[in-house]
Amino acid sequence: MSTPATQFNQDARRLSADLRHRQTIQTAMGKYEVARDQRKAAFHDWQAARQMAAETKWEAVNHLDRHLEQFVRNIEARGTKVHWAGTAQEARDLILGILREKNARVIVKSKAMTSEEIHLNEAMEQSGYEVVESDLGEFIVQLREEPPYHIVFPAMHLTRDEIKDVFQRKLGDAPSNNPEELTMVARRVLREKYLQADVGITGANFAIAETGMLSITENEGNARLTAALPRTMITLVGIEKVLPRLEDLALFLPMLSAMGTGQTLSCYNTMYGGPRQAGETDGPEEYHVVLLDNHRTALLADAEQRDSLHCIRCGACLNVCPIFRNVGGHTYGTTYSGPIGAVITPNLRGLNDWKHLSYASSLCGACTETCPVKINLHHHLLQNRRNASRQKPSWWQKAAFKAFAPLATRPALWSLVTKMGRLGQKLHGFVKGSRLDPAYAWTKTRDLPPIAQRTFKEWWRTRS
Amino acid sequence: MVEDALVSERDNMLVRIREALSVAAPLPGQDHGTAREMPVLSSIADQRRVLPAVGQSFDEQLALFRANAAELCGEFRLFNDLDALVAELKGLCAAEGWQRLASHGGELTGAACQALGLPVLLTDQAFDKRELAACDVGITDCDALVAQTGSVLVTSRSAGGRALSVLPPHHVVLARREQLVPDLPAAFALLKAKYGGGYPSMISFITGPSRTGDIERILVLGAHGPKKLTILCL
Amino acid sequence: MKVTLFIPCFIDLFYPQVGVAMVRILEKLGHTVVCPEGPACCGQPAFNTGYWDESREVAIKVLESLQGAEVVVIASGSCGAMLKVFYPDLFAGTKYEAMARELAPKCYEFSAFLVNKLGVADLGARFPHKVTFHDGCHGLRELNNKRPPRELLAKVRGLELVEMGAAETCCGFGGTFSAKFPMISTAMGDVKCASALETSAEYIVSCDSSCLMQIQGLIDRQHKPIKTIHLAEILIQQ
Repeated sequence: MSTPATQFNQDARRLSADLRHRQTIQTAMGKYEVARDQRKAAFHDWQAARQMAAETKWEAVNHLDRHLEQFVRNIEARGTKVHWAGTAQEARDLILGILREKNARVIVKSKAMTSEEIHLNEAMEQSGYEVVESDLGEFIVQLREEPPYHIVFPAMHLTRDEIKDVFQRKLGDAPSNNPEELTMVARRVLREKYLQADVGITGANFAIAETGMLSITENEGNARLTAALPRTMITLVGIEKVLPRLEDLALFLPMLSAMGTGQTLSCYNTMYGGPRQAGETDGPEEYHVVLLDNHRTALLADAEQRDSLHCIRCGACLNVCPIFRNVGGHTYGTTYSGPIGAVITPNLRGLNDWKHLSYASSLCGACTETCPVKINLHHHLLQNRRNASRQKPSWWQKAAFKAFAPLATRPALWSLVTKMGRLGQKLHGFVKGSRLDPAYAWTKTRDLPPIAQRTFKEWWRTRS
Repeated sequence: MVEDALVSERDNMLVRIREALSVAAPLPGQDHGTAREMPVLSSIADQRRVLPAVGQSFDEQLALFRANAAELCGEFRLFNDLDALVAELKGLCAAEGWQRLASHGGELTGAACQALGLPVLLTDQAFDKRELAACDVGITDCDALVAQTGSVLVTSRSAGGRALSVLPPHHVVLARREQLVPDLPAAFALLKAKYGGGYPSMISFITGPSRTGDIERILVLGAHGPKKLTILCL
Repeated sequence: MKVTLFIPCFIDLFYPQVGVAMVRILEKLGHTVVCPEGPACCGQPAFNTGYWDESREVAIKVLESLQGAEVVVIASGSCGAMLKVFYPDLFAGTKYEAMARELAPKCYEFSAFLVNKLGVADLGARFPHKVTFHDGCHGLRELNNKRPPRELLAKVRGLELVEMGAAETCCGFGGTFSAKFPMISTAMGDVKCASALETSAEYIVSCDSSCLMQIQGLIDRQHKPIKTIHLAEILIQQ
């Protein structure tokens, strides 16, 4: 029974050496990077925009109770039913309960990472419902029976041939490997599902407190259709997604699009405030909003890391992370990957089981630098490491660091270390590169420099 | 009782939140707490200081909208009078072979549909969604055109509901040039002023025809929503 | 002025010539250089691994040795960041917090000291080779050290600087990360080397010897036609 940590190591080892995978990701990211940088440059003051966004999210999250209550009051006033789900199980039960009540058979979904988080699709399928993911990338990975590879680009790792292959196998319909033709196949299949579906389930990017609305950003129109055609609509949203005012979207929508996909604005940015209102002739008759906690309040209680709840799920940190780019999204083995995933997963799913994600980083800081809401991501990785070591120290590492202290603080001992190091290096030649080599982790792929004939300290001593 | 359980989870969650927030978190943009004022939410002026710049004059804004629309692969045409607009619409109709229109009883849509003289599904009354899906084009009014982003702002009240502007394969927007607003802050201000008393259940910023890049990051139009977006502006 | 030069453990052991070059450069500029004997390490390995108590045991020695220093120059970006940015976190809530906060503004990485503090960019150096620059992450992002190394290189006679595409991408060292996740570390190093080789530069230059240790380690193993060199080693060349 392998732990998340051993799974991570195995997959990381395999994918780090997979040059084809590296090239696929490099190519995908390359196009995005050019567009993203253009969008950032178009801002009159990108850095000030980041600060403004960070402060808005600070206000939203640090007064979360007030904003959530306002949100619920306003959206309920328009006939929406709001449900509070403390755990993943509660959220699943609530949603299954709605499906049962509505005698649903076919459910169409637009992208919701929270639904991945609570394994909603599995629960619905096990209960006998037909569930169809409508976002093209999600649709593809659903057919392939694998999780999304990236929170914004679920099928980033696949070539057109692999997509053609799964369309052929699962749909019996794949005229060619041409992206446009493949997209049209999905369009045809899904169009029918939108029309058949009894229930549409969405996620949300933002929950606007002031006006009681959910804001959904997308390019394909699948969320628009999911919210327009079925008779019942359900939105599952994390409690941290709150924004204070409607006009805050004027800042957040372009920032989300710039960093998420390198666009000025995504194709559809839509705010939903309730079911079909008086005078409206379409839209769902019933609208349910499920507010999800699932350990977010635990993260909220950690004042040091509370800002990780500011995340707008743009995926920009994944895109700049050299670890993500080399091991890929699936290696993380959990819903949220990349730097944000490495920060929050140990806090949401258990520090001891998931701390390895916080360790699997060189702390380069590219994530923090790029985050549009200025989350101190790489410093949170350090904090997770500190917290993990306190909770469950590794006895030999602790001992090694403790033993190092006198060596590194007493000149006589350091001098001894230097001399013994030189001797050790001579002997090292016999085991270098083999399994007996204590430095094997390094020497497997890299040479080690020799300790100098005369170290700096030795030279400095000769001067005085 | 299920209702009680639901209410109590709400209470539980709010209690957890309040307890969690009893310790203050550092303000953003500073690592080692030097005392600072609490953040103030941004005004329109604040937002304009950071967002992409938009020219001050109407002509500059119009040019920006036109450029954005083109880059998004949407069509944007400006007309001096309704007759010219209708002529364009007729031309489109013929070129694309429309047989059934979908529309709503909007300000400009009425004249447009009448001129085309084709069967029209009006979404102002209850309608069959499969019939809507079979229409060749959805013709709607809009609330605004946003220069900064090249977006069309629609709501379920101003544009014939939720499905009309997204289900048919071609979305034609009829607008007046006075509806052009410079940027997103202006668009949200417009929404508040127009609907503040009672918002429609759906508000949408449409920025170009539907698209996806999910297959090898190659741009494909018409993923689920309309493959074509045409904005005809008086 | 009196410059207290902090030499990190890996420069002491593996690249003493870098430290020597720094001493000579600073003395040539007319300053007195002192190197505290006691501390051999800034405490970053334990800190990064999450063992802050053990890190403090090492870092306290550094704090005590540097107390009263007029200005502290650190011979690498990563140790520079440790002293300047992370010591206040490490010692927060302890009796050493004030000392750490007092030390931080006095700390400079070597190239930042020359350019930002001394206002010197031209050291009369000559190095007629084509080079490309690797921005060590700590120096780049914790210390905002993008410009100073490049200003210094611009004044080196005969030197041609070509930027690589992945200049700001992490080399994969990351301290203990390089040993804990060697396969990822190696992949990152490979990406870095490939980007450098694309420039046809003869040398990869950096302000961080720990990065260069990683990169050189891969170059040697794979017999790549490029060499690494520390910025100070270039600046001392006449």
